[in-house]
Amino acid sequence: MKETIRKAFVDSIPIMAGYIFIGIGFGIIMEEKDMGIWWVIAMSVLIYSGAMQFVTINLITGGASFIASAVTALMVSCRHLFYAISMIDGYKGAGLKKPYLIYALTDETYSIVCRDQLPEGMNRHTYCFLLSMFNQSYWIAGCIIGSLAGTVITFNTEGIDFAMTALFVSIFTEQWMETKDKSSALIGVGVSLICLIVFGAQSFLIPTMIGITLCLTVLDKIRGLRKTAKPEPPEGGEGDA
Amino acid sequence: MHDTATFALLTILICGAVTQGLRFLPFAVFGGGRKTPGYISWLGSVLPYAIMGMLCVYCLKSISIETVSGWAPSAIAVALVIALQAWKHNSLLSIGAGTICYMVMIQLVFA
Repeated sequence: MKETIRKAFVDSIPIMAGYIFIGIGFGIIMEEKDMGIWWVIAMSVLIYSGAMQFVTINLITGGASFIASAVTALMVSCRHLFYAISMIDGYKGAGLKKPYLIYALTDETYSIVCRDQLPEGMNRHTYCFLLSMFNQSYWIAGCIIGSLAGTVITFNTEGIDFAMTALFVSIFTEQWMETKDKSSALIGVGVSLICLIVFGAQSFLIPTMIGITLCLTVLDKIRGLRKTAKPEPPEGGEGDA
Repeated sequence: MHDTATFALLTILICGAVTQGLRFLPFAVFGGGRKTPGYISWLGSVLPYAIMGMLCVYCLKSISIETVSGWAPSAIAVALVIALQAWKHNSLLSIGAGTICYMVMIQLVFA
């Protein structure tokens, strides 16, 4: 158990840095919009998604209709569908921990729990549960600090939110180096870039998700056909089919 | 004031319900005691790589290619993260150095 706590904590450190500072940013903006600490806590508990919480501030201050808020939330948060699909098997049999594990499946938490490298004998669900709790506590702590003491912070924190970008880039690099089959990674980046150019930064996520699913499925079908048509070469027999 | 507070609370509840609904939906449909359908299981196993690529693009979506200061800080910092990660395999080091590099870039170099 001690080992599990240790590992969950160590793995959560990169997220700690990002969450605390982005949380502070969120708390400061909320304070500027005259929404105090209870609003900050309510959002961090009821929504618990960094990107969505920032968008919600704009929805509230802009007086958006409830329908508009729901549609916006759908557009911004749709990527969570993907995380959930990819964790269905991983979180199977988690029992009472499961609702919290699902509730706390943010971008950052997902990026850690989707990796499949735990020491022998360590309980995966306990590890993921602890990691999820560490992460949410950083996030709430950051939001509260920003709300209460945001104006006291004098050093220029501009650009600190790059920590999250760096987290994803480092995980992508690590995955890239440890997997032979780069097709999924390439499809992810390629489809996202094409959709970003075609649909623009505000609305490229949904087309991207559809595109990625289609490309992965079609590629798998083609490979399946090749395999049944030509079973001899066991590895790397590409290009001459 | 009371109306504003109610409006804010309802908006938060709606955004929370949609976000959490999206997280719970696949588990509600395919989870439980049943065996996960083969296609969903397979999709779940190949998605992490594609998703991480998508998240990288998502984080860098507001880069502007019109001015050097619009893309250079991100490009340099991302390159540093990749290089450090490939060399040392230490996420803390890559993320820390990359973030500091980015902050120096936008606050001092390309300010």
